[in-house]
Parts: sequence; C-alpha cells; structure tokens
Amino acid sequence: MSAIGSLGGAGGRTKTAPDRPEKRRLTPYWLLVPGMAWLLIFFVVPMVFLGSQSLQTGSFEDGTKLTWNFSIYWETLRGYWPHYARSIGFAALATIAALLIGYPLAYMIAHKSGRWKNILLVLVIAPFFTSFLIRTLAWKTILSSGGPVVWFFQQTHLTDLLQWLHLTDKDTLLATPFAVIAGLTYNFLPFMVLPLYASLDRLDHRLLEAAGDLYSRPFTAFRRVTLPLSMPGVVAGTLLTFIPAAGDYINSVLLGNTRSTMIGQVIDGQFLRVLDYPQAATMSFILLIIILAIVMTYVRRSGTEELV
Amino acid sequence: MSVSTRSPAAPTRMRTTGRSQRGPLAWLRRNIIVVLGTLAFIYLLLPNLIVVIFSFNNPTGRFNYSWSAFSLDAWLHPCGAPGMCSALGLSLKIGVTATILATILGTLAAFALTRHRFRGRALINLLIFMPMATPEVVMGSSLLTLFIGLRFPLGAWTIIIAHVMFCVSFVIVTVKARVAGLDPNLEEAAADLYSNERQTFLRVTLPLVAPGIAAGALLAFSLSFDDYIITNFNAGSDVTFPMYIWGAAQRGTPVQINVIGTIMFLVALIAVAVGQVIGARRRRSAA
Repeated sequence: MSAIGSLGGAGGRTKTAPDRPEKRRLTPYWLLVPGMAWLLIFFVVPMVFLGSQSLQTGSFEDGTKLTWNFSIYWETLRGYWPHYARSIGFAALATIAALLIGYPLAYMIAHKSGRWKNILLVLVIAPFFTSFLIRTLAWKTILSSGGPVVWFFQQTHLTDLLQWLHLTDKDTLLATPFAVIAGLTYNFLPFMVLPLYASLDRLDHRLLEAAGDLYSRPFTAFRRVTLPLSMPGVVAGTLLTFIPAAGDYINSVLLGNTRSTMIGQVIDGQFLRVLDYPQAATMSFILLIIILAIVMTYVRRSGTEELV
Repeated sequence: MSVSTRSPAAPTRMRTTGRSQRGPLAWLRRNIIVVLGTLAFIYLLLPNLIVVIFSFNNPTGRFNYSWSAFSLDAWLHPCGAPGMCSALGLSLKIGVTATILATILGTLAAFALTRHRFRGRALINLLIFMPMATPEVVMGSSLLTLFIGLRFPLGAWTIIIAHVMFCVSFVIVTVKARVAGLDPNLEEAAADLYSNERQTFLRVTLPLVAPGIAAGALLAFSLSFDDYIITNFNAGSDVTFPMYIWGAAQRGTPVQINVIGTIMFLVALIAVAVGQVIGARRRRSAA
C-alpha cells in the first residue's frame, strides 16, 4: 500500500516539475541538513568528547590531559560492577513486569474496547500530562507503611515472598528495591503499551477465528497466532522500556535506599559533585557500551531489524 | 451472501468456549483480558488521582505524603512556594523554544525521508534512531563534557540545545508516519487542476500533515517540560520545574507542586478533548 503510494507521489511530482532535475536531487539534503547537523554537533560530537574525556588524567583544579589511560575502564568495572549489574537487573525485571501488565492492556484496547478505543488510548498517555517527578513522589504515598497497599501485601503474604527474594526488608515496601522496580515499571509502561497496541491493532480477527475453526484452544491460538504476529510490538516495547529504565536514577533515588543505588545516580554524583570528570565519563561510556551490546544482541536474535 | 458465510462459524465458536459457561470462575475466564486490562489502568492512573487528592491536603510536616486535613490553601496561593513559579516559567519558556526548533527541524527531515530518494539513508536513519536508544544519563553527561570542553557557559541556552537534540528524533518519527500515510491522489488532483508545486504544498499537503506536526510538537513539549536528567547536567545554576521538584523531594514538598500537577493534567486533557472534537468535525465535513 505504502509502496504504491510513494510511487504515485513520485509520479505526481515529475508532472509538476520536470524541468530542474539537478536542483531536485539536492532538495532532500537541504531539508535534512539543519536537523542532522544538530544531531551531529550535539549528539555524536559529545560522544567523542565523552570518550576522550574518559581517557584523560588530571584533576578538576589543574585540568586534564589526554593520556590514553585505558586502565581506568578495568578499574571502574571492578569497582562499580554491582551498580551496573543492579541497573541492568532492575531494568530487566521492570521490562518483564511492564510486558506482563502491558500486553493484556494493549490487547483490551485493540480488540475489546469498541467505540471507547480513542478514550482508552488517551488514558494510556494521560499519566504523561502530569510531571514524571510528581507522579513518582505519589508512589511514596501509595506504598507508605500503614497504607492499604502494604496491608494487602501483608494479608496475601506477598511481603514474605518479596522478602525471601531480597526485594524488600521487614514489612515495608517503600525505600526497597521492590519500590524502585515498581516505579520503573509504572513510569515506562506507556512506552510498552503503545507499540504493543500498534501491532495488536493490525491483527486480523479472522486468523483467530480460523484457529478456532481448526480446533485450536484459545491459549494455543494465542501462542501460535497472536503472539508471533505481535512480536514487532513486543521488541519495540521492551527496548523503549529497557533502555530508559537502565539509565534512570529518579526512581532509585526517590523510592529506593542506599542498597538500591543505580549507576545513573553514581554518574550524576561523579560529574556534578565529585567533579572527577575522567572517572564520570568512563562510567557513562561503559553504560553506553553495555546497553548498545544488549540492544544489538536482542534485536539480532529477535530478527526484527526494522524498528524506526 | 454474508449470512451464509457466517452461519457455519457460529457452531465452531460455541465449541471452543462451550465448556463451563456458568459460575464466577467461568466469568473470569471469559473476561480475563478486560479484568487484567482494568487492573493495569488502575496501576497507571492511581498516582494521578493521588496527585489531585493531595493538592487539597494540609500536611502537618514539611512533606506532603500523608493525608491530614482538607484545605484550599494551595489552590488560593499557587505561587506561595518560594521559587516554584519562576522555575515553572523557565520550564515553559524552554519548552516552547525547544518545541518550535525541534518541530521545524524534525518536520523538514521527515519530508526529506518520505518524499525523496537519496544516498546515505541508512546512516541518516541510524543517526535519528541513536538518541532514542541512548540512556538520558549518557546523553546528558556527554553534552556536559562538550560544553565544558568548549568553555560554553551553562544556562537556559544549553538546556534548549539539549532538549532540541533529544526531541528532534521523536518529531521526525511522528511526522514521518503521517506523511507516509497521505493519499497521493489528493496531491495529484491538485496538480491536475493546474495548481503549482508551492500552492499544492501550502493548500493540500501541509493541512493534511498538520495533525502529525501538531502531535510531534505536543510530544516534544511534554518531553522537554518533563525532563530532569539531561537538564540537570546542563542547567548550570538555572532551576527548571522538574529540578525544583527534585530539590523539594529532599527539603520538603509544598502542596503547590500538586496544584501545578493537577492544572497541567486538566489543561492537557482539555486540549486532547478539543483536538478530538475538531478532528471529528473535520471528518464529518469531509465526508
């Protein structure tokens, strides 16, 4: 459909301006230059600066010099691997939780909402209408000791389970790794739901009916038809959740404790308080490399190269 | 015709869900998706409800986390918290400036990517995708090393530069989807009616793409207005609204924060409702 559309568009264009092909060929570049120059100067060049800063030695007072100090990478990894592992682990758990919560939600909007579909879609993005930080602070109220959520968790012995998993301590939920993961899941859930919805919305109902006609049970139909067809949405949603969650430190500062410190928080402190720029740049660069490696492996294995 | 094709399907559907039709468990089984979806909505929207309720709180201590008494105080004095409204003003100014710049740059690039063939497309797509696949803390800290390296003074302009950088990709993706979905027949019809390229673009293409541009601009504004991590790295001594809240979370949270949160929520909700009504009316008049 879109291929035919672009062909038609090209046809209409040559009809109106067949005379200056030389100028036409340059048009896309003129359109692209401002935006791409901005990304080059303020995204790519800073990455080069970051890499170079990480290999320098010196202090904030005396200035730093490029000495190709690669050993700092090993020292940083040795010293801070728990923070990296925790960030990746928390982000992975939050991504899985967001997928489990977001899939039924996206399915409901796509196939069970009828004429309420638009309103439900607005409700998915409605949380964004209030500031990220204000909403995260609201979780302090929701999870506070003596509140209904803690009571419910105690009655159902979920607190014991979470304690056994080392995600909470004693009978509290606030200021624990559990609260951080719940906050990450909550904050990035819309990023999971929207791509899932986009791929589930395209799903043809007749395929499920055909599966039913062929004596497939509903669960088998889901596993063999719905899930494979929604994989592009699953891949896009998990990436859009995992990447920001791994670098986030708002949740770990506001909802966590000293044992739930994530790497972003350490980088922030090194840059803005300790002022050890080479150390901070190294940490930042390692995080970038780890995330790129995970994302590339994941995309390659899931077989969906086309994302944008 | 349609009756004859539908009738054989009915018994098969009976067969697949034919077992155990009664009882609460059977009901749960049939409606499991709606039940789980509704629970997910509660999880998603509960904090917004808390924000609204606690804008009417009269907290006993410095922090507004537990309910004590009803009060309209914060609503009557929304700027009563020192420094909050100037932070809000700065965030609005930065948000508007960054949105305008990012929307212009992003829309131009989106047209180039959908309407033209050129070399280096894969590289351009990678460049657009990368900022969306990079954690904020890495982008924020790398920009800071650039500004420090060039001795560029930190402040409102470095924040705007940073915001335009991470908003452009989102605008491109949003506008691109709209341009790619346009019906080329409409532009051809304009050309057939002797409209020149410029007229076609201004009178046909641009109005049709406008909803996509508006969506991209809204997205850019909300990303800019809400950003804490990248802003915090590049703000210098300036304080935006998210940075003010961050500080308040350490010192004590004034109720006014919740008032602003509630107002923002209502304004956005009204804007979306108005947009929906305009869209529906347009569709009706077009039909």
